[in-house]
Amino acid sequence: MQFILTAFDRELIRATQKALPLTPQPYHALAAQLNVPVLQVMERLQFMLDHGVIRRIAAVPNHYALGYKHNGMTVWNVPDTEVDSLGAQVGALPFVTHCYRRPRHLPLWEYNLFAMVHGKTQQVVDAQIAEIAALLGEFNLGHEVLFSTKILKKTGLQIGS
Amino acid sequence: MDAVDRNIINRLQQGFPICEFPYTQVAAELDLSESELLQRLTHLLETGVLSRFAPMYHAERLGGGLTLAALAVPAERFEAVAAIVNAFPEVAHNYARQHSLNMWFVLATEQPERVVEVIELIEQQTTLTVYNMPKQTEYYIGLKFEA
Repeated sequence: MQFILTAFDRELIRATQKALPLTPQPYHALAAQLNVPVLQVMERLQFMLDHGVIRRIAAVPNHYALGYKHNGMTVWNVPDTEVDSLGAQVGALPFVTHCYRRPRHLPLWEYNLFAMVHGKTQQVVDAQIAEIAALLGEFNLGHEVLFSTKILKKTGLQIGS
Repeated sequence: MDAVDRNIINRLQQGFPICEFPYTQVAAELDLSESELLQRLTHLLETGVLSRFAPMYHAERLGGGLTLAALAVPAERFEAVAAIVNAFPEVAHNYARQHSLNMWFVLATEQPERVVEVIELIEQQTTLTVYNMPKQTEYYIGLKFEA
């Protein structure tokens, strides 16, 4: 589903994508900045939230700072006929933060199912990986885990800037 | 970071209300004053424990382009290639990973066709092959971490 943005929506996105104002009435602050009534700001944000254009208004932690130093991108080769069913099951595991189907690049890259796992210790992450492997069972035709060694850049989405 | 900070981080990952005094509402849930919540939130952002506090926009539903792409970078060129890749404003995240494909970055563009353009520019400037792995199906995205 695609959503047609109004000119005001774009202004609102530009004004909010990096930060929400840290003042007692943040939506009033945005309204003053954009020179519109506060109801227009609140209604448009609520509309975008209701339609999934905004996933949520929320804090994004630096997971390294919270102690999650072991971050594995687990990648799995599963049959294309099973990937949707298995992806939904893997995505439902409580420790998986993202789960996607992505294209293979044969012969170099045979993996079509990606699931991100995070832990404060290597043992925790190893147990999570074993749990995914057990869930996939015979449909696990091969997997690897790519641990991140460094954040080279993290700015988040920047639209219309 | 103490227990109060952890409560704030956990609560603010769940979603922030749209109302006249949203910080007052969240502060009351956490048994804090509004000013203490704002002070602590400001500190968590300044110290980098939180990387952002903002609406999380859904790139595809905005009509933009989004992909994950990978490079196999020779070790001696790693920093130079990272500088080339990171210089593109469309590169939202970039991680070094332990694998022959050792650099993984997310491209987010306002125009969908710009994804392919940026990939071509990165290939020209680095003389490396970019492996483009756009998501075909999203099974889950939560991205919440218990503090």
